Amino acid sequence: MGKPLDLVVLVKQVPDSGADRVLRESNFTVDREASDSVVNEMDEYAIEEALRLKGEHGGTVALLTMGPEQAVTSIRKALQMGADAAVHVTDAALAGSCAVKTSEVLAAALGTLQWDLVLCGAESTDGQLCVIPAMLAQRLDVAALTGARQLTIADADSTGERVGTIQRQTETGYQTIQASLPAVVSVWDTINEPHYPTFRDIMAAKSKPVSTLRLADLGIDAAEVGFFGATSVVTSVVPRPPRGAGVVIDAGADAGAKLVEFLASRKLV
Amino acid sequence: MSSDNVATEVLVLAEHTDGTLSKTTAELITAARILGEPAVVLLVSGSSGEASGGSSDATVDALCAQLGELGVAHVVLARSPEFGLYLVTPVVQALAQLVRERKPAAVLLTASADGKEVAGRLAVLTGSGLLTDVTELHGDGTATQEIFAGSAIVASRIITGTPIYAIRRNAITSQLAVPVQPEVHTVEVLLSASARASRILDSVVEPKGNRPELTEASVVVAGGRGVGRAEDFQLLEQLADQLGGAVGASRAATDGGLYPHQFQVGQTGKSVSPQLYIACGISGAIQHRAGMQTAKNIVVINSDSTSPIFDIADFGIVGDLHEVLPQTITALRERAGS
Ligand SMILES: Cc1cc2nc3c(=O)[nH]c(=O)nc-3n(C[C@H](O)[C@H](O)[C@H](O)COP(=O)(O)OP(=O)(O)OC[C@H]3O[C@@H](n4cnc5c(N)ncnc54)[C@H](O)[C@@H]3O)c2cc1C
Repeated sequence: MGKPLDLVVLVKQVPDSGADRVLRESNFTVDREASDSVVNEMDEYAIEEALRLKGEHGGTVALLTMGPEQAVTSIRKALQMGADAAVHVTDAALAGSCAVKTSEVLAAALGTLQWDLVLCGAESTDGQLCVIPAMLAQRLDVAALTGARQLTIADADSTGERVGTIQRQTETGYQTIQASLPAVVSVWDTINEPHYPTFRDIMAAKSKPVSTLRLADLGIDAAEVGFFGATSVVTSVVPRPPRGAGVVIDAGADAGAKLVEFLASRKLV
Repeated sequence: MSSDNVATEVLVLAEHTDGTLSKTTAELITAARILGEPAVVLLVSGSSGEASGGSSDATVDALCAQLGELGVAHVVLARSPEFGLYLVTPVVQALAQLVRERKPAAVLLTASADGKEVAGRLAVLTGSGLLTDVTELHGDGTATQEIFAGSAIVASRIITGTPIYAIRRNAITSQLAVPVQPEVHTVEVLLSASARASRILDSVVEPKGNRPELTEASVVVAGGRGVGRAEDFQLLEQLADQLGGAVGASRAATDGGLYPHQFQVGQTGKSVSPQLYIACGISGAIQHRAGMQTAKNIVVINSDSTSPIFDIADFGIVGDLHEVLPQTITALRERAGS
């Protein structure tokens, strides 16, 4: 076993993507109380990958979450998968932060931690931004290995340098990307199959350390983040207009012909 | 020339392969005109010195001619021998340099995985706001996006820095313009050491046959778990070929090995917005709908009339796809023959 790896996994609490989600009328932010909150599904793959790397290289796995006070429930849940500890960045002034400012806060929090690799999901089911990993790499001035469907970390060479290699999932296939650590890695759900926590893991998670960071601890001015510091403002939110009711028929010998008739009526053939 | 059109110039990052502009580039140019005068950035590997003569210059000429056809008066040729060697960052440096030099009113690029990474980094570097997956753009800079798997439409405005918009493919219909002879301005892009952090060792294109690109196709025939066996996807391929379309799949189908992963449609796959989407043996989970419900016409073939996918169908058939698809293929063939 080579030098151990210190790993930080970004974990986000999101409204359950399978349930109806609600935006607050007053300020257009996600109403996290109105919907059941869960750990962003894609982040579970990042946790699983971090645990796998820890198994292979030794080291530590810490979770990092930015979110409201009640996100601690999701943090405890995520800890059940087997991470060692968690850091919760929470501050009333953070509500309504845009992606640009979120990445600033997360980068500052990462600055207070020891790590060789930051892992995260390649997207979140609520905001779907996919930009946070790249923004973090830009701010931290480290390499980005984004969109991984496979990740390997080689043992340190004689100079102590360690190299990470990913298969990056692309629209037409994949790319092999390599970079020296430290690095930010984002993963797709093709990378592994997250395990279910055992009873022992669930019990152990209750007593794992969760530390809290406030904006003041990060030296960030409250006026710079949240609604007032956001780089964009929401001006309206409307539900998608419902699609006009369609025609549904039962299959029969002429179903194919009827389908082609429909296509012709819409000038699609 | 950059000083002539300071306030209203809108930088558009073109996408091109093998000397051909992507269809999305035309959509971006149309979107840019809503905000100002497009100046299209073409990234070209090789410095102007070494690439003189040969196919590279011919490629550049061909691309400029295509842009001229689209009515683009200003082309910025950004050259670096290192585009394509490193992930995303060389493009970011090129755009950051152009934003500094030309002070555009906005930057537009495609909301692909790469495009969104470029947008995010550029926002950090230039101290700007960004909006991704934009489906509509207005003259006052307001942009709309879909959230929560497409169930709500949000309008927002960027209030910081040089607004950056990553535009969703197929969302904006490209408009014809009067052809012009573009004025071409060349800049050399110099990479910093940190732009060389992530090395691209190889890029592998997994075969997709000669069907159109899933995200650009105007017809998508998609299959789910209900297709049952990998070989039965041939029925979908046959129909797609008759309609000039692409084939897509649900995650249950790709996870189950019925069809290659690169064709997955949905929240964790590709977002498609075709004229016609034919969903075969797909139940319509919210994560699947997230990637296809902006399709103009949705046809559903499913044996269970209670499947939620019927809620968004314009035309639905309750039945076994293994019977309905061959019938449809025959009916189309007869129509073509008559
Ligand atoms: C984080 C996360 C991300 C996800 N991302 C995606 C994504 O990007 N894309 C995606 O698709 N899913 C995604 N999913 C999975 C999604 O929740 C569903 O599980 C999946 O879409 C189901 O695929 P399906 O409709 O093919 O299968 P099923 O739900 O099993 O539906 C099969 C359908 O086929 C019908 N059927 C069966 N036999 C026949 C027949 N002979 N003829 C006609 N119809 C038949 C059945 O009636 C049924 O409706 C994601 C899930 C999670 C948790």
